[in-house]
Amino acid sequence: MSRTALTLPTDDPLWLKLLLGLAAIAFVGLMLILPLALVFQQALAEGLTAAWDAITTSNGLAAIRLSLIAAAIAVPLNTLFGISAAWAIAKFDFPGRTALVSLIDLPFSVSPVIAGLIYVLVFGMQGWLGPALAEHDIHILFALPGIVLATIFVTFPFVARELIPLMTDQGREEEEAAISLGASGLSTFVRVTLPNIKWGLLYGVLLCNARALGEFGAVSVLSGHIQGQTNTMPLHVELLYNNYDYVGAFAVSALLALLALVTLALKSLLEWRYADALAAIHRH
Amino acid sequence: MTQASLVSAPPWGRRRVLPGLGLSLGFTVFYLSVIVLIPMAALFIRAFEPGLDGLWRAIATPRVAAALKLSFGMAALAAVIDSIFGFVIAWVLVRYRFPGRRLLGAVIDLPFALPTAVAGIALSTLYAPNGWLGMPLAEHGIRVAYTPWGVLVAMTFIGLPFTVRTLEPVLGEFGRDLEEAAATLGATRLQTIRKVILPLLAPAILTGGAMAFARAVGEYGSIIFIAGNLPAISEIAPLLIVTKLEQYDYAGAAAIGATMLIAAFAVLLALNGLQIWMGKRR
Repeated sequence: MSRTALTLPTDDPLWLKLLLGLAAIAFVGLMLILPLALVFQQALAEGLTAAWDAITTSNGLAAIRLSLIAAAIAVPLNTLFGISAAWAIAKFDFPGRTALVSLIDLPFSVSPVIAGLIYVLVFGMQGWLGPALAEHDIHILFALPGIVLATIFVTFPFVARELIPLMTDQGREEEEAAISLGASGLSTFVRVTLPNIKWGLLYGVLLCNARALGEFGAVSVLSGHIQGQTNTMPLHVELLYNNYDYVGAFAVSALLALLALVTLALKSLLEWRYADALAAIHRH
Repeated sequence: MTQASLVSAPPWGRRRVLPGLGLSLGFTVFYLSVIVLIPMAALFIRAFEPGLDGLWRAIATPRVAAALKLSFGMAALAAVIDSIFGFVIAWVLVRYRFPGRRLLGAVIDLPFALPTAVAGIALSTLYAPNGWLGMPLAEHGIRVAYTPWGVLVAMTFIGLPFTVRTLEPVLGEFGRDLEEAAATLGATRLQTIRKVILPLLAPAILTGGAMAFARAVGEYGSIIFIAGNLPAISEIAPLLIVTKLEQYDYAGAAAIGATMLIAAFAVLLALNGLQIWMGKRR
């Protein structure tokens, strides 16, 4: 062992550490922190009251309400789907399992605009079901059902892709033991599976919810952009911005950014404290 | 077996102990079909309705071709930038210890959590000629907002977490023995990084880059505010789909959408192939 060397041979030299460290911080600062800081600076440019008033206009409140309704429908449905898909894929062997996992991930590689487009092609007036729906006076496009469909599509894989690897890792012995001892399927799930997956489930729901409240592209295609009726919060931001109401646009944005920060904080907390109870790799 | 009497085995598989395959798989396939598969099929059926010729005619117009070129070209460039800085950031996060490291790590996911429209108007205001970054850049004659470079900035923003988050776990599990061996044999630190570490990380760099690319190609919300959306110059393909839909040109919109999906899929398949080839070569 060399006496002079105070550092390990696998340590980077100081100049390299400084160079890479500063490059990383500069890039994150410029690309991520600066836009975030700008949102809050612009929102508060005319004071807190102006920002608050801009958020609480009747159209603003209607947008918040619509976003919450869409998320309140989409998130539970996708959670139910995630649990069901993970149960089937992680606890059983059947042909086509891997293909099914890939198909569940599919919505992540589809542009949000294409997600909106496919429903227009199904439910639009020139679409498969459009004329039949119009006959019965059922409105899907440019109304709540379209917005909900778009939200479901873009948040489709979040819960499933968290639970599938987690439940696969955990195996099926505990559930098999419970069933063998006479527990019913439902009570096995509630009392054995659920406690094992609760943090992973929360993690998936958290990300699903953040995306549901923030989705823009897909919802934009399927919403009618009617103020106070079919505008969600991100669409409301667009409308205000395009009308040169920058304080309003950034005030609503700041609200969404706060939500994003809370989501990130909770997500980091889960990753630090319950890392063992989450799926091994977190790629979203 | 006494167990057999306690457990009512499903008729389709007597070896299975756990219940619920039929219900869970049935619901999964049904929900997947209704939400994803059938509507996606509608896209491809619609796009190929006029035949290959018709599809080609729909996308070979100068405006559509320029939009596709912009979306794919800039997404590739953004993925390269994200891969380089993603490696640097992941390296710093995994290997160095400094105050604020966890905060830096948590902030990386901001583009996932921040709604794209918010990112869009923030980036646009930041790089506008009178913005915090736009003003100093304008003094040097560089315009970012309302040009194709604005598209690149937004795509780089949106793709960064994919490369960092793919590399981080791989670097974390990376044993130091190879690096020690290289150092023992007289390699400088830089030689070790270049000749030992980077080749081993190449598959993960490719995976992360591919994910950033796929996300950037389809990205809409964070781009349209900063791009300026000049036809054939800074108009991205997803925006052109929206424009076609507003003109009730469903066939045209479907043609662009299907082309984007097929092209993106081909790129991802090629990258996957490259990865397998690299794995075999080692």
